[in-house]
Amino acid sequence: MIKVTIDGVEIMVEPGTTILNAARQAGGDIVPPAMCYYSKLKGSGGKCRTCLVKVSAGSEKDPRPMPKLVASCSTPVQDGMVVQNITSPEVLEARKGVVEFLLINHPLDCPVCDQAGECHLQDLGFQHGSAKTRYEEERRQFDKIDIGDKIQLHMTRCILCYRCVYTADQITNQRVHGVLKRGDASEISTYIENVIENDFSGNVIDVCPVGALTDKTFRFKSRVWFVKPMNAHRDCNKCSGKVAIWMHGEEVYRVTGRKDKYGEVEEFICNDCRFEKKQKSDWVIEGPREVERWSVIGQNKYAVGTKVTAPQNIGYGNIID
Amino acid sequence: MGQKLLLEHINVPEIQTYNVYRAKGGYKAVEKSLKMSPDEVMEEVKKSGLRGRGGAGFPTGMKWSFLDRKTDKPRYLVCNADESEPGTFKDRFLMEKIPHLLIEGLICSSYALGSNTTYIYIRGEYKWIVGILEKAIAEAKNAGFLGKNILGTGYDLEIYVNNGAGAYICGEETALLESLEGKRGNPRMKPPFPAISGLYGSPTVVNNVETLAAVVPIINLSGEEYAKIGIGKSTGTKLISACGNIRNPGVYEIDLGLPVYEFLNSDEYCGGIRDGHRLKAVIPGGSSVPILPAELFYKNIKGEERNMSYESLSDGGFVSGSMLGSGGFVAMDETVCIVRNTWSFARFYHHESCGQCSPCREGTGWMEKVLHRIEYGHGHMHDIDLLVDVAKKIEGNTICPLGDAAAWPVAAAIRHFREEFEYHIKYPDKVKNSRFAHLDDYKTSLQLA
Repeated sequence: MIKVTIDGVEIMVEPGTTILNAARQAGGDIVPPAMCYYSKLKGSGGKCRTCLVKVSAGSEKDPRPMPKLVASCSTPVQDGMVVQNITSPEVLEARKGVVEFLLINHPLDCPVCDQAGECHLQDLGFQHGSAKTRYEEERRQFDKIDIGDKIQLHMTRCILCYRCVYTADQITNQRVHGVLKRGDASEISTYIENVIENDFSGNVIDVCPVGALTDKTFRFKSRVWFVKPMNAHRDCNKCSGKVAIWMHGEEVYRVTGRKDKYGEVEEFICNDCRFEKKQKSDWVIEGPREVERWSVIGQNKYAVGTKVTAPQNIGYGNIID
Repeated sequence: MGQKLLLEHINVPEIQTYNVYRAKGGYKAVEKSLKMSPDEVMEEVKKSGLRGRGGAGFPTGMKWSFLDRKTDKPRYLVCNADESEPGTFKDRFLMEKIPHLLIEGLICSSYALGSNTTYIYIRGEYKWIVGILEKAIAEAKNAGFLGKNILGTGYDLEIYVNNGAGAYICGEETALLESLEGKRGNPRMKPPFPAISGLYGSPTVVNNVETLAAVVPIINLSGEEYAKIGIGKSTGTKLISACGNIRNPGVYEIDLGLPVYEFLNSDEYCGGIRDGHRLKAVIPGGSSVPILPAELFYKNIKGEERNMSYESLSDGGFVSGSMLGSGGFVAMDETVCIVRNTWSFARFYHHESCGQCSPCREGTGWMEKVLHRIEYGHGHMHDIDLLVDVAKKIEGNTICPLGDAAAWPVAAAIRHFREEFEYHIKYPDKVKNSRFAHLDDYKTSLQLA
């Protein structure tokens, strides 16, 4: 076990742990936000740059600071490393910049977006963004593409986190989904507007941090904060069958994987469970899910013991200015 | 008159062919180095103080010593011939005119590093050079300098030329390796560095064409002799590709440490600014490095004369200095519009960003659009500070140095030529596609040398 100090909090972790995962072990406000890193997907991370932190001492042996801010999701800790996240104004400034970059070409169509309420970009923008934009140019736009009859890809909202690409690579058995073109013209796509036919393709919806990949069986049916998430399971021969079902009265509006507080699914589920089993009788309901993540869903008053804690020390006050 | 180490025989007719190159003393470095042990060859390179000629100026010997020699995986040497920096064309000249020099340097370096398979990754636009290099490789192979059991030493080496598809980003070493593996040319996250896990997960060294070619004179002269050329930690000779508003554009080999005044104005090199004009600004090392106004180019902020070396050009940091970079020397006279030039660079980086990480993907496009607006007379005063802020937020926060390369020229242009940006915003009608030579009220405010 080696020792790492993040924002003054000392944590003992296994060698090889990344700074982000070390922070997650400690929990609380010192956890950097992550838009592209996904612990279940190999090779993910490093791209969105929201998790940048300052390493003020590299290690016990070599206490020199690292010259640049580093991506905490892909930098392994060293023994005696000292990391600054929310205690470093430089980090917060850089993060604010990254959020601004992510938003300049984002359509901000939250009022009509199915992801609104559980969108990581919304949360990130609320915590670290500013209320005004300095971007005066036209925003990038793409046509909507149907990838199969159940999934819709709306590239305009995409932040190019590559999570769905890794999912399609690693969870499904065929590489049918990737990135085309370059720079700010690059787009996630199947080649060319091809259908992903695979039992686990629906997981690309769960991993998407924004509303770029949405479930067509749930499209425009309800806002997420009007539906109740319940833990449920069924016997499934393809996946574990452990899911979260989102109910409106007695109706099952949608089925997703069970997400932890960092928005990552605990287990990937199959398309049968996700898209086909929309009857209450298909499921054994275990009980309501706690909403741990600070988000607009938490405003709903149904879940027992729901923790709604707004992050402290972070300048979301500028939403008013 | 400086020494010519790389371009000594450049004007010999048919120097591209093996026979002529050999007759002029070619491949002696191979014969010499194969009699030494690989460690001794590396020691010579270390002693020579050779620094990477691709732009960063990292000591080559040190880079080689990082190569993981303990694994049982094969080791690779990759020659980075993806020379795409605007303003830089030295490697093209070298490969086109004297391809055997590169092949010879590759053999010596591969031997030192223990690489049995060496790749030349050449940019897509240099398609015709692929043929030149492949011909040179075939000739070297016929002469027994490549293939199995070279010169009876038991050392095997094959060199392959790989043509890129024309992406600037593939000149970044990890993106180059991805591309060489047949993937999309996205830079990799570091660590692990290529010296530990590079091409196909094996230890790899990636070096610029000129760096590897410079190994030949180092072996021939010995590292110590080579280190005597140059100034301070900038040893040896460097190819500079000079262009812009100068009398004699071209590729010149200079001893590092040559005074910049002499380089720009002597007839042996650039020959001075074209008649009737005066120097306004210089980009000393390719489009990525900060631009310098004339007075800061000749003398640093302390008033000392600058010379062509890594240290002297970067004296003053990014506030009042620049970098030697890849040696893409661009001189501009007073007719050049800095805003248009900056926009042109920003457009290039916008087009060439790989789109992997958000600051570079979104920031380069943003800067380009704002600069375009200013150049075409639709700018606002607050756009200038916006550009500075966007550049600051890209710089240092990206996966690879392309973000920095996009941010530096914009930040430097505004730092040194802010009045020109303001002039564009104040008088949009005057500056639209204008030549500044004709704007009298503007010209008087300029400090020219």
